[in-house]
Amino acid sequence: MASDPRDQAPPVAADADPAAAEAEIEDVQDVAATPHPRPNPIVPPTSLASRALFFVVAIMSFLACITVGAVAVIGDAASEWQTDIAQEVTIQVRPMNGEETRQALAELVALVRGMPGVSEARALSEDEIRDLLEPWLGAGAEFDELPVPRLVVVEIDRDNPPDIGEMRRLVQSAVPGASLDDHDRWQSRLRVMANTLVAGGLGILLLVLSATVLSVVFATRGAMASNRDVVEVLHLVGAKEAFIARQFERHFLRLGFKGGLAGGILALATFGVISWIVGQFAATPAGDQIDALFGPMSIGWPAILGILGTIILVALLTAITSRLAVFHFLKVFD
Amino acid sequence: MIRLENVGLRYGMGPEVLRDVSFSIERGSFQFLTGPSGAGKTSLMRLMFLALKPTRGLMSLFEHDVATLSRSSLPTLRRRIGVVFQDFRLLEHLTTYENVALPLRVMGRDEADYRVDVLELLSWVGLGERAHVHPPVLSGGEKQRAAIARAVITQPELLLADEPTGNVDPTLARRLLRLFFELNRLGTAIIIATHDIGLMDQYDARRLVLNNGRMHIYD
Repeated sequence: MASDPRDQAPPVAADADPAAAEAEIEDVQDVAATPHPRPNPIVPPTSLASRALFFVVAIMSFLACITVGAVAVIGDAASEWQTDIAQEVTIQVRPMNGEETRQALAELVALVRGMPGVSEARALSEDEIRDLLEPWLGAGAEFDELPVPRLVVVEIDRDNPPDIGEMRRLVQSAVPGASLDDHDRWQSRLRVMANTLVAGGLGILLLVLSATVLSVVFATRGAMASNRDVVEVLHLVGAKEAFIARQFERHFLRLGFKGGLAGGILALATFGVISWIVGQFAATPAGDQIDALFGPMSIGWPAILGILGTIILVALLTAITSRLAVFHFLKVFD
Repeated sequence: MIRLENVGLRYGMGPEVLRDVSFSIERGSFQFLTGPSGAGKTSLMRLMFLALKPTRGLMSLFEHDVATLSRSSLPTLRRRIGVVFQDFRLLEHLTTYENVALPLRVMGRDEADYRVDVLELLSWVGLGERAHVHPPVLSGGEKQRAAIARAVITQPELLLADEPTGNVDPTLARRLLRLFFELNRLGTAIIIATHDIGLMDQYDARRLVLNNGRMHIYD
């Protein structure tokens, strides 16, 4: 220091000793010119019980992302089933003696092939029928002795579908005892099941997000209570509520984003691992079963976007919740 | 600038700690507020920096009726008041410099604009070398000077100081009082709450004496 500042007039004084004041100002300007460390945050980050909340948000985000991904996989699988089923109708011919059956099948195939909106029709061979029934009757069953119905599979043009009612009428008049199944009952069951699963998933998502909001409310209240002295001083130096809220909100937004991202990445990794494990069972009976039930078991872009959206939602929800909790605290505090 | 008429204050259902207090503080005036411990000095100070509202009577601050003030208008009024607390109320995770600059930071001022002013004031109160240390390593007197610097950095219209010279040696006490007088000369109204009769005797200023919740004024 150029001189003991205690011998000088206050900086607000107009009658300060000019020489001493000049020396002091030069001294201060030297200090002011040196690089100043980045200002500390007004709310100390270590006082915000961050770690526990980070894990809570990460776990909640993981569960939310898993739910979103699972709903997407189920939705895709259900839609694939529905597409497959809606692409064909089946005509069932009651068992007759061998020659009559063959004639009836040929007649039906010729009939439906000639109808508009039908792209292909063929009768299932005896071997194919045997394969279909094998899981129930075993490999050695003798079909000739059993009254097994025969099937005609009709592939329909989805862009220009045939009149199913008319087809049913024609089929029944051509071959008495034949019946047409357009799988409508299966489709509606599938629709109900898929919608139930999606609604259940959304319900779980809602619960998980609610739990996240509540955790953040409690954490914010705790943070505000442990920083009561900081809030009090900020109040007294004239800080507006929005300024005080911003100090907390910034922290919680960062924490929410980090927690959300950690949970989201973990969820994506989980789907990756499941997909890999399923891949290991490919071309095995178990793999075929899983493939038939859930499709390829990998999540597509819509699901990835959904998971990214969930991460952002968790971060925003954390920030907005903490902001509202801060305003509520300040209202009570005043 | 401050007017109280028959103001009473009680905490919850307890007895009145201030009874029928009436006085006014003019712009640019200087006064001591004194009285025995428990007389209600701190409560009166809290009323004046809007931490409390009177339970009865009329109180106006900067020509605003305190009873009708909205919560959103409080920060603007508080920015016109500097407060020095008996227990300093410095934020321990901020440096001395950051504590003193806090009112300016809260106002949204750019650090580059106020840096020289803050360092100059710190230097003047003898904390130039302690600008970048945290309050826990400051002595009681140093904390008090930092608290005073924080209260005066914005050159407020009203300065309320609760025992501002309680932890400093007589020389520094006189020096800090000189700062208050200089501020007063520049137009700030000053109210210093103190028990120190010796300090008050050195300056011929108006005295507001609180006793048992009642106010006596010696002009």
